[in-house]
Amino acid sequence: MLNRTAENVARATPEQLARKVRGVSDRGLAWLFISPTILLLLAINIFPLFWAIYLSFTNYRANRPNEVVKNLGFANYQRILGDQDVWIAMQTTAHFVFWTILLQTLIGFTLAWLIDRKFRGHAFWTTLILVPMMLSPAVVGNFWRFLYEPQIGLFSYVISFVSGIPPTSIQMLSNVSLAPWSIIIVDTWMWTPYVMLICLAGLRSIPEYIYEAAEVDRASNWRQFWSITLPMALPFIMLAVLFRGIENFKMFDMVNLLTGGGPGSTTEVASITLKRQAFESWRTGYSSAFAIILFVAVFGLANIYVKALNKVKQR
Amino acid sequence: MKSSLKLALGLASAMVASTAVSNAAHAEDLTLCWAAWDPANALVELSKDFTKQTGIGMKFEFVPWTNYADRFLNELNSHGKLCDLIIGDSQWIGGAAENGHYVKLNDFFDKEKISMDDFVPATVVGYSEWPKNTPNYWALPAMGDVVGWTYRKDWFSKPELQKEFKAKYGWDLGPPTTFDQLKQIAEFFQKRQIDGKTVYGASIYTERGSEGITMGAMDVLYSYGFQYENPKKPYEMEGFVNSADSVKGLEFYKALYDCCTPPGASNSYMGEGVDAFKSGQVAMHMNFAFTWPGLQKDENVGGDKIGYFVNPKGPGGAQFAQLGGQGISVVSYSDKHESALKYIKWFANKDVQAKWWSLGGYSCLNAVVNDAKFPASQPYAQAFLDSMAIVKDFWAEPSYAPLLQASQKRFHDYVVAGQGSAKDALDGLVKDWTQVFQDDGKM
Repeated sequence: MLNRTAENVARATPEQLARKVRGVSDRGLAWLFISPTILLLLAINIFPLFWAIYLSFTNYRANRPNEVVKNLGFANYQRILGDQDVWIAMQTTAHFVFWTILLQTLIGFTLAWLIDRKFRGHAFWTTLILVPMMLSPAVVGNFWRFLYEPQIGLFSYVISFVSGIPPTSIQMLSNVSLAPWSIIIVDTWMWTPYVMLICLAGLRSIPEYIYEAAEVDRASNWRQFWSITLPMALPFIMLAVLFRGIENFKMFDMVNLLTGGGPGSTTEVASITLKRQAFESWRTGYSSAFAIILFVAVFGLANIYVKALNKVKQR
Repeated sequence: MKSSLKLALGLASAMVASTAVSNAAHAEDLTLCWAAWDPANALVELSKDFTKQTGIGMKFEFVPWTNYADRFLNELNSHGKLCDLIIGDSQWIGGAAENGHYVKLNDFFDKEKISMDDFVPATVVGYSEWPKNTPNYWALPAMGDVVGWTYRKDWFSKPELQKEFKAKYGWDLGPPTTFDQLKQIAEFFQKRQIDGKTVYGASIYTERGSEGITMGAMDVLYSYGFQYENPKKPYEMEGFVNSADSVKGLEFYKALYDCCTPPGASNSYMGEGVDAFKSGQVAMHMNFAFTWPGLQKDENVGGDKIGYFVNPKGPGGAQFAQLGGQGISVVSYSDKHESALKYIKWFANKDVQAKWWSLGGYSCLNAVVNDAKFPASQPYAQAFLDSMAIVKDFWAEPSYAPLLQASQKRFHDYVVAGQGSAKDALDGLVKDWTQVFQDDGKM
């Protein structure tokens, strides 16, 4: 069937074009097919990256097109690395990344492990758990902002009902101590299903015969979990951690919608600082340098992590 | 058959002709860019007269306040042709003039005999001039605006509350004239039960993202003695921005936030303030005057239930208010300068300005606001006039954006997040602003 289709295509190809195509090597043909993608990649990813690197050494500001652009050398980088606010933003980012990954991994793996038991209705529960992940971050942000409302929000009401604290005292988004946790809670609610899916794939990939052999050896459930389930699912867990780590390092939408970086600068993660410098203060050169620093940080950390992941997979 | 052919040809010609007419009309259409708010709707209504008179159609591009600056500054910076006319914020004037975004209007004003002396002086300085206090005009004052206050007249007039208030503070409950009085009233109403509902003292600006908390804090700081720079030495800020009086002003703003705002009001600006007042949550409400026509008409809190007062005096008796509002400019990248200038000429007309005020816009024309009938024309007209007489504006420097971002951060860190002291916040502000002006080569 396939051969017949190929013959039809060959027959339908004009002779002149067919002769030309026949003269092209396999490698040439491969380049011909992938060149549009490469060109797009160069235009959309590579060129802006090199342009940003160039701008990072200048005092360029996008809102001053008529101003002479001066080369500042490494002054922007020096200023960023010496800026206390930038370091505070990096610490805030690290705090979010650490807690969101920890909670999402623990809860996600636990859910995957439970779902993997294949109890009655597990497919329904799997679908239900996946719902938050399918929502748009804009919807989730606004939805949770209402839930957190101290006067009318359901979240405050529930906490108040359980703890007896008046709901108006539970100011999740206004309180300096609670605001970071309000974002961690929402991000965990939204992205735990994603971790669960990856972990579930890992758990389902473990061959059944290994458990059967363990049963024969009279290994306890705990022993089976510790010696089979966890080690064999570990590369998948680490993959989920990698994906969520990279995503949460760049976390922007949720913070922007829920707190906008406030109260004060309590929840101002690096991406919010970057946006403020780039599109509110219009320090284009400075913010390009900041973006490059963030890129190098994520790229470097991810590389180290991938090496560790490969070692785990080879075990 | 012949008649059918004739009919078909006739229809086709009619369609071609109508398309041509419509295209010709579209070629003259002007696009006016502004924020999406009540006055913009009034302007749509008003502009119908312009179309009737000139045949020039008007299209409008309105963007919510939260995206207003981002959207239109991007448009101007990228030399976009979307806007033929723009009503740009007062702080943009320096940058827009220096970067060539706006058409300079001096020659046009001279030719059309439009005199800036005919407009409220503060609005000319605030919305039209760059450099400030020089006769270089880049906009026509379009929408006068200033921060002022509304209060629940019906609550204030309750005899039992009046009695209790007098016994507690020793003076009659009424619109405050000093900030101390304002705080006492706010404390009095905070968490009080009125008509079976818990109410709060005041809604003030605390928004972090754009300009909210700066507009609110400045409204207080000016009257406490804050000055942007040494009047004798431009850009010298040490001892002016962070003077002892400024510190007291910022401490007052924080105290007002801590004691007397509704729960969760840590990111409140114009919209949130209106919501708090309309929903009957607060006794007093800080907001720009443009919100007043809408509140006056509101069935629940408007009419006889609402009162207006000017920003109160500071401890030394000084009294200022934060200027808002905008001027209308011709975008230099537009291809329709001639039609756009026709609109400006039409808009400057006295009758048009009078109608603008009657529709809910705030005219800046002396002939309108100084008319003997003006103070009685609306319940808020006198408060608007008095407020416009005491305005001060934020830096209108080309670098206003980083200057604003710095104050947003410093004020929010101290007032809402409670980090450091007022002195730390203002010292930090001097440091940040100095850096901005050094980057600009002005220091």
